[in-house]
Amino acid sequence: MSVLDSALPPRIALVGNPNCGKTALFNALTGSRQKVANYPGVTVERKIGHFVSPLGRRVQVIDLPGTYSLRARSPDEEVTRDVVLGRFSHEDSPDLLVCVADATNLRLNLRLVVEMKRLGRPIILALNMMDAAEKRGCRIDAAALSAALGVPVVPTVAIRRGGVQPLLEQIDGAMAMATDAAETPASCGWSEPSSRDLRAYHQEVEGLLAGCVADAGLPPLATRRVDAVLLHPVFGLAFLFLVLFLMFQAVFAWAEAPMNLIDGAVSGLKDWVAATLPDGALRSLLTDGIIAGVGSVVIFLPQILVLFFFILVLEATGYLARAAFLLDRLMGGVGLHGRAFIPLLSSFACAVPGVMAARTIENRADRLATIMIAPLMTCSARLPVYTLLIAAFVPDRPLLGGLVGLPGLVMFALYAAGILSALAVAFVLKKTVFKGEREPLLMELPAYRLPNPRDIALGLFERAKVFLARAGTTIFALMIVMWFLASFPGAPEGATEPAIQYSIAGMIGHALEPLLAPIGFTWQIAVALVPGIAAREVAVGVLGTIYALSDSGDALQSSLAGALAASWSLPTALSLLAWYVFAPQCVATLSVVKRETNGWFWPVVMFVYMITLAYGASFITYRVASALL
Amino acid sequence: MNGHPTPETGQSPGGRHLGELKKGERARVTGVDERGVVTTLPEGELERRMIEMGLVEGSHVEVLHEAFPGRDPIAIRVNEHTLALRRAEARAVLVAPAA
Ligand SMILES: Nc1nc2c(ncn2[C@@H]2O[C@H](COP(=O)(O)OP(=O)(O)OP(=O)(O)O)[C@@H](O)[C@H]2O)c(=O)[nH]1
Ligand SMILES: [Mg+2]
Repeated sequence: MSVLDSALPPRIALVGNPNCGKTALFNALTGSRQKVANYPGVTVERKIGHFVSPLGRRVQVIDLPGTYSLRARSPDEEVTRDVVLGRFSHEDSPDLLVCVADATNLRLNLRLVVEMKRLGRPIILALNMMDAAEKRGCRIDAAALSAALGVPVVPTVAIRRGGVQPLLEQIDGAMAMATDAAETPASCGWSEPSSRDLRAYHQEVEGLLAGCVADAGLPPLATRRVDAVLLHPVFGLAFLFLVLFLMFQAVFAWAEAPMNLIDGAVSGLKDWVAATLPDGALRSLLTDGIIAGVGSVVIFLPQILVLFFFILVLEATGYLARAAFLLDRLMGGVGLHGRAFIPLLSSFACAVPGVMAARTIENRADRLATIMIAPLMTCSARLPVYTLLIAAFVPDRPLLGGLVGLPGLVMFALYAAGILSALAVAFVLKKTVFKGEREPLLMELPAYRLPNPRDIALGLFERAKVFLARAGTTIFALMIVMWFLASFPGAPEGATEPAIQYSIAGMIGHALEPLLAPIGFTWQIAVALVPGIAAREVAVGVLGTIYALSDSGDALQSSLAGALAASWSLPTALSLLAWYVFAPQCVATLSVVKRETNGWFWPVVMFVYMITLAYGASFITYRVASALL
Repeated sequence: MNGHPTPETGQSPGGRHLGELKKGERARVTGVDERGVVTTLPEGELERRMIEMGLVEGSHVEVLHEAFPGRDPIAIRVNEHTLALRRAEARAVLVAPAA
């Protein structure tokens, strides 16, 4: 399609090997903030952005998942193939391909460029990571490379927007050419290269390198030295487990002070509203509904940020690919691919990106097994529930001379329970439905990079925004609904119980109680579980509202944790913790599983197996704890 | 796939494969031959993937790290980049001592 005969803006696509900086370049061109991280397979779907070129053209840019070849081995690479070849319905192939190549590793990266050139589409080559290449002592003659390849070559440093201006000028030039040439061929001639073709491409690359690269530079010695320790068979694994342990410990220890601050602010606000407004429904809605409910969720912001801090740093350094390498053999014990570690780690933040990240796993059976266990990783929305119950029932006792606290240890145990049960489920799945050998492991280990503090800060800021927006919208709305359900109808004349017992929420809770009594849940928990399916952390908010409403005057000052400690038995609390290890899926996870597996079958299986496990685990926990305690 | 581990092509006498190299050993790739390697992949696929990852005749490789247990998988330097793979599949890459 030529630019002339259509009102659509011209489209360019960013194509290149994984981890060469396509998304960084996309962000530099469009001013977006798509996720950039130092491991192959960060981008798993196409992202679309726009910019206005120096000549005033509005151009659409498509960021694509990285790939080594158009032969597409995994679902994310299929996206790249289909966009480049114009195989999506109602979409032609892009007007211009911007091939992005990592200048520190031209030999591997140019192979794809040579393959793309065969398509006969207009191409510009962005030689990215020029800063790193120079540091390594690479000497690349961009002009000679451009002449030899027959395409414009622009050196860039995407993370610092270096070379973006010349790249834009080249894009304008190429667009003008496309407009002049009346019609560029709309279809791409592409057929799967055979191994002989691939060898020929390599030969061609060797020729290019001989003519244009005076010095390929030395691989970074620092990375190698660090890896000598971090990939050591013994120290490496020990370090990995230490990092994970520290992460869960820090979620507790580092977040405590800011959480106390927020707690103080929330109760201050509540007192102020209570003192200012006259007694009545509005005051109750504000204090018991909104402030108690939303406040009891917002208080977990510091913990979530600490968790994300660890995940962002791990992603930015390049350690994730190493963890996949270290764990490949151990995870192979339950039939999982080492790569599955990356989606599973993301699932500690939230299962939704975790399930999507599984796209980089090539084999369908391996991928489905990974998707099915991703929600067993304790996501950050379950954190509030754990923290609340631990604060209520676990004494804060220092262990090992103050090195770790008992609450942190219990938290670690809960995470470990999730991980171990995920491995057990994977084992069963791989032995029954997903039989077969594992896919081969062929994964680049990127050079280590120091995380940029600004990127980490921006990433955390972004997270905080999402969390607070959620608290201000979904959770806020749910809390108002719950307040109404918990307040109406009011108590009848001469009632002896707190009013909430007679409300709709009370009725729902009492209706569900027989079902949940065998696992020790009270009617208040039953009420909290229902909206918890929409957003798990709401369960905590609902408990906040229920106990705020049930409290009779004088007890109103005590915190939610205090209220729970006073009214629940220890077996009930343990049973609820066990329930949340397997907690039935939130709606968002189930719908992403439906999308990723193209159907209702797997989300239904997931829901049923998880709710069964949750009920079973809670039943056993409750019975055993009741017998022992 | 046919349990026929010795290939006819590209192999210098007494040649070895990448899967048997020890940590620290360097070598040059002399050929890629996936026969004798059990995989789930269709025929010819492993060979093409190896080539796409830079394991092609003439590449220089060095075993940098070994994981645990069983010294598997391995991390190797291939020319300018580092690659992780399992020893089982590394058998498809034939090597000769570095010159
Ligand atoms: N030194 C340096 N680092 C860069 C440059 N461009 C990107 N990076 C870093 O390279 C890593 C990968 O960048 P991404 O933009 O996520 O790479 P990608 O090509 O989108 O990767 P996938 O989505 O996995 O295919 C990140 O750690 C970036 O910070 C650059 O020009 N110089
Ligand atoms: Mg990307």
